[in-house]
Amino acid sequence: MSAPDCIVRAARLNGRVVDLYVADGKVLEVRETGGISATNPDPAPAACTEIDATGLVLLPSLVDAHAHLREPGHEYKETIASGLDAAAHGGFGTVMAMANTAPVNDEAAITDFMLAQARRAAPHGPRLRPIGALTKGLQGRELAPMAELARAGCVAFSNDGAPVTDSGLFRRALEYSSDLGLRVIDHCEDPGLADGGVMHEGALSGRLGLKGQPSTAEAVQVARDVLLSLQLRIPVHVAHVSCRESVELIAWAKQRGAPVTAEVTPHHLVFDETAMRDYDADAKVNPPLRTADDREALRQALRDGTIDMLATDHAPHAAHEKEVPVDEAPFGVSGLDTALSLTWSLVADGVLDEAAFVRAWVSAPGAAFSLAVNAFKPGDPADFLLLDPAATWTVTPQAMRSKGKNTLCRGRTLPGVLRYHYLAGRPLVAPEPGPARGR
Amino acid sequence: MEKTIGSKWRHKDLLDVSQLDRDEALHILDTAARFQEINTRPVKKVPTLKGKSVVLFFAEPSTRTKTSFDMAGKRLSADTFSLATSSSSLVKGESLKDTVLTLQAMNPDAIVIRHSMSGAARFVADRVRCSVLNGGDGRHAHPTQALLDAYTLRHEWGDLEGRTVLILGDIAHSRVARSNVLLLNLLGARVRLCGPRTLLPAGVATWPVEVFSRLKEAVRGVDAVMCLRLQLERQHAGLLPSLREYSDEYGLGARHMELANPDAKILHPGPVNRGVEISSELADCADSLILDQVASGVAVRMAALFLLITRKGENAQ
Ligand SMILES: [Zn+2]
Repeated sequence: MSAPDCIVRAARLNGRVVDLYVADGKVLEVRETGGISATNPDPAPAACTEIDATGLVLLPSLVDAHAHLREPGHEYKETIASGLDAAAHGGFGTVMAMANTAPVNDEAAITDFMLAQARRAAPHGPRLRPIGALTKGLQGRELAPMAELARAGCVAFSNDGAPVTDSGLFRRALEYSSDLGLRVIDHCEDPGLADGGVMHEGALSGRLGLKGQPSTAEAVQVARDVLLSLQLRIPVHVAHVSCRESVELIAWAKQRGAPVTAEVTPHHLVFDETAMRDYDADAKVNPPLRTADDREALRQALRDGTIDMLATDHAPHAAHEKEVPVDEAPFGVSGLDTALSLTWSLVADGVLDEAAFVRAWVSAPGAAFSLAVNAFKPGDPADFLLLDPAATWTVTPQAMRSKGKNTLCRGRTLPGVLRYHYLAGRPLVAPEPGPARGR
Repeated sequence: MEKTIGSKWRHKDLLDVSQLDRDEALHILDTAARFQEINTRPVKKVPTLKGKSVVLFFAEPSTRTKTSFDMAGKRLSADTFSLATSSSSLVKGESLKDTVLTLQAMNPDAIVIRHSMSGAARFVADRVRCSVLNGGDGRHAHPTQALLDAYTLRHEWGDLEGRTVLILGDIAHSRVARSNVLLLNLLGARVRLCGPRTLLPAGVATWPVEVFSRLKEAVRGVDAVMCLRLQLERQHAGLLPSLREYSDEYGLGARHMELANPDAKILHPGPVNRGVEISSELADCADSLILDQVASGVAVRMAALFLLITRKGENAQ
């Protein structure tokens, strides 16, 4: 065993208390704390960083498979620098950025630019992994140059923000991307059925006089996608699943062996349509927050693996864009700052266990998008967090590092404060000198 | 006398019927009845709100509601100021928030808002210190319309308890229907809705109403029919094949009123599309209360302005 350059002592790792040894940016070993003896000597050399992690939870860095970082084009909402800063402090080591920038990320030059911005802003991470456009300009008419985008560094393709209505074209896109070994991420929405709805269609939308979009608007596209996946034996990834019907369709396809994966957002797991009760434009997201029954179906699906992973769908907007009547407001919530605590609250409440949490935030997106992630095996990248589960923090605009302060958690006190975040063995977040969040 | 009535009022704003309890709704109607008397005098003006200012902010065109509020304010000697999207550079291209902050800076005693978006009245009320009266927000609510409808029916019947009222037409897009369903229920009436499925709101099964798809069945035994205005663009939105077919199936005619209770009343919030949602002869018939509604509107809006502006602890001194 080579000499470690960093040791994390007495951290809680899924129920065990362990010491983590790191060398050269990689995991060297994870040992039970207190297992040191004459036959098993402590390998700590003198010049080694030691972190006393007593009482802290050790987690691998999270992966966000769905974020909108707004650069290029909408830097007033977010920049790659501010988005990655929020990611670092929000526990994310890898961020997959959607292609609906301006210009759209549908050519290598844009991907190159995004990666250059990320290197400049965050040379030691979090790692930016762009998602290429599925069709040129997200217009849904011609395929984007996917091979070129893949060579430039895109790790998946998506038309997120502008669903592909032409199912024939969508099929060709799946086939073409499969040659590159990269997955298509689909925002499932039938625009005719969604019909400009600003919230979930149901009794509440009817009473509020707001236009609703029914669950069916999502589910019919999920049905299309999983049927194509089954027929073609090509992977497809369903973005931000929001309703029970979609869950059942995905379960049906998985039972038949379709290589389908799916994600759910923290906000769909925590909130429901009643967040719209007082015409709160911050609760306007697409797909919309649905009923308590849908939320329960999503939680169950994440537990049983029907839904593979969590993703933020981080959608930052400027304050003035959201402080308008609901009809005028853009869709989306800012998620990178709050996702870790919001989903940790589900662990704290017993909705999700720690193993499912790690699977959903780390191993599942790692596997689906071929990203190197930390499973705490020797040789894994030393990407890890130390979370203080007993501490809380209050969500305020000042406490958020994203430029987008559009959160449903405003004023909420959330459990779980990130004390350390290491990426490849280097500290991105540490108690000093950076300002500590919460107490 | 009026001061004591005003001082009992607890609401800063009138945004929807849902905020009112039965006593409060009746209190508005009783207050309106007292003001109605003023409207029959040779000099139709009292000094009650002298020195108070009311802004009429109509971001969606509406001559009748605006005129009604304007007249209500003036008869109480309030100064009224109009701000309309079409005529004012203050509103063009400006966000609702900025308009509202500008209005607040003028320090009015009340703002009446009409806006095309549901929730807009609430949006304004949350951002100003003065009273806000919802003059209609999107599909959401039109509380003074519901109050004037109830006032009109109460004037005819004395009491709404046990009466059956049919609301007919484009329920889905109607703030008038939403507010009326709430108020009619609050006052003890039974409510029926009738319209094509494409014009019924989501979740209507959870509303305290009976829903009918056939007008002939819906109208049987009712005490009043409230026709709603059909916006002609519904056809282009693919919700209706044609106005003619709509009128054949859902246009109220004399043949329908034969099935209703004797002396059943007819209401319409206006403006009427004659020959579309109601036949011309019915609109003008003896049982039509359409013009009474207009008269009631002024009295009800006088009551609402009075109660809100003179409520205790605010402008009551
Ligand atoms: Zn999306």
